[in-house]
Amino acid sequence: MDLYLPIANLSVNALVIVALGLGVGVLSGLFGVGGGFLTTPLLIFYGIPPTVAAASAASQVTGASVSGVFAHFRRGGVDTQMGWVLVGGGLIGSLLGAFLFRLLQATGQIDTVINLLYVVLLGGIGGLMMRDAIRTLRAVRREDAPPALKRRHHALVAALPLRWRFYASGLYISPLAPMLLGVVTGIMTVLLGIGGGFIMVPAMIYLLGMGTRVVVGTSLFQILFVTAATTLIHSITTHAVDIVLAALLLIGSVVGAQLGAILAQRVKPDFLRLLLAALVLVVAIRMAIGLGWRPDEIYTVQAS
Amino acid sequence: MKRIAALALFAPTLLGAAKPVLVPDVSQRDIQIVYSFTGAELLLFGAIVYPGGRTPDRPADIAVVVKGPVEPIRVREKQKVAGIWVNADSASFRSAPSFYAVATSRPLEQLVDERTAAIYELGIRNLQLSPADADTPDKANRFENGLVDLRQRNNLYDQQPGAVRITDGVLYRARIRIPARVPVGTYTAETFLIQDGRVIAAAVRDINIQKSGFEQYVARAAADHGFIYGIVAVALSIGLGWAAGALFRRF
Repeated sequence: MDLYLPIANLSVNALVIVALGLGVGVLSGLFGVGGGFLTTPLLIFYGIPPTVAAASAASQVTGASVSGVFAHFRRGGVDTQMGWVLVGGGLIGSLLGAFLFRLLQATGQIDTVINLLYVVLLGGIGGLMMRDAIRTLRAVRREDAPPALKRRHHALVAALPLRWRFYASGLYISPLAPMLLGVVTGIMTVLLGIGGGFIMVPAMIYLLGMGTRVVVGTSLFQILFVTAATTLIHSITTHAVDIVLAALLLIGSVVGAQLGAILAQRVKPDFLRLLLAALVLVVAIRMAIGLGWRPDEIYTVQAS
Repeated sequence: MKRIAALALFAPTLLGAAKPVLVPDVSQRDIQIVYSFTGAELLLFGAIVYPGGRTPDRPADIAVVVKGPVEPIRVREKQKVAGIWVNADSASFRSAPSFYAVATSRPLEQLVDERTAAIYELGIRNLQLSPADADTPDKANRFENGLVDLRQRNNLYDQQPGAVRITDGVLYRARIRIPARVPVGTYTAETFLIQDGRVIAAAVRDINIQKSGFEQYVARAAADHGFIYGIVAVALSIGLGWAAGALFRRF
């Protein structure tokens, strides 16, 4: 079923895009991540121009995180105070990101930077997750209690001035720390078309020392707002959001996210984390190899 | 002696009014891009009207050229730097056609010499791309080859020798395929009548390629009303996400 994408200026097989959304949706429901780190590279691989892919993937993350946010709200798993601080940082970050995007586009380095960021981020975080997952799985097998997590925020975070009390997270820290975290993920959202959940969640646990009960909900809350803002910023600056492409992805991913959430209840969480870590590492390795391989196209054309 | 007399008699017709005339047409003057657009096939056809209705013993050849809007572009070249492939060098061209296809009744090099080919931009190696900032002709050449090769593999530049069929020396037709991945704008379909290495008649028709209906509406909204377009995109994603959540909670 061929469908013409009015912004990407090419025709795609609609069923392939819906299936792609469905697959990413299942993974995002299963692991509680947005799945943007898979959508953008897959769309580019399918032949969608990188700018359009990054701009349109963000809206898919918005759709996939909506029902998650509602579910966490019902359980009281969202620290709204912390959430708004993160969103504030995220908005600043996405504006910075848009500026960076333009700069990199003008110098022709945007693709390389996107690829490098993917390799570094996914490789680093995937590695950390893998180490943790294996450690807990071993501990469970030996039937001792998993090593207790020291709930302490990082020394640098403690050194920041101007402390606030975040009751739901059980923290008394400077809002500058989550704000900075928000800025970083905001930049990543614009550049990579990802929600940033896989950066946010570990950072909230290991750097800020937030209570695990509110980590996922609060991160989803931030992702929802920042990806929505990113879609808006892309619409205004790059004009690269393809609403037809986004709709196709959404149809697949919102259904997939629900299926994934149902599946997630049947799989052990430790095992899930191991799987996610493996998936993230595979994407990172594939991208790292891609950087060193001779590309299919040596020459690329850009309107000037 | 007799032959010279005959030649003198026919001289006026050979020089002035004796030029053949082209009557070209295109199967489609307007190509609308709608949701199901996967490209279009243009049929370029027409007649060669020889003076006096007599077809010469050695019929002329035909070349048809379909050209898309010309745009300024920057071509970037990847090189391996410190183990990874990055865009290292670039060159800009002021006038690269976004689409170019030529079909001829015989291979181009048998029809015209290089000079004529360059004047009429016949053949993908003879496009006037106007390199703007290449320091050396070598560099301009390298990037030109890269661009032409890239666009050729994307079916944006195409050359089909022998694709023009001429029936009885007077009726010609050629098919040119326009892929889905072309920009909108005014295209030109040029027809050249070529004899003895010279273009003896030429005709141009315009073809409009534009998005229509929903596609046009979306493209225009995205370009002119970015903010509202963004709001709609966000509302769509939130709405669909919420709807799926609400739907699945019932089961």
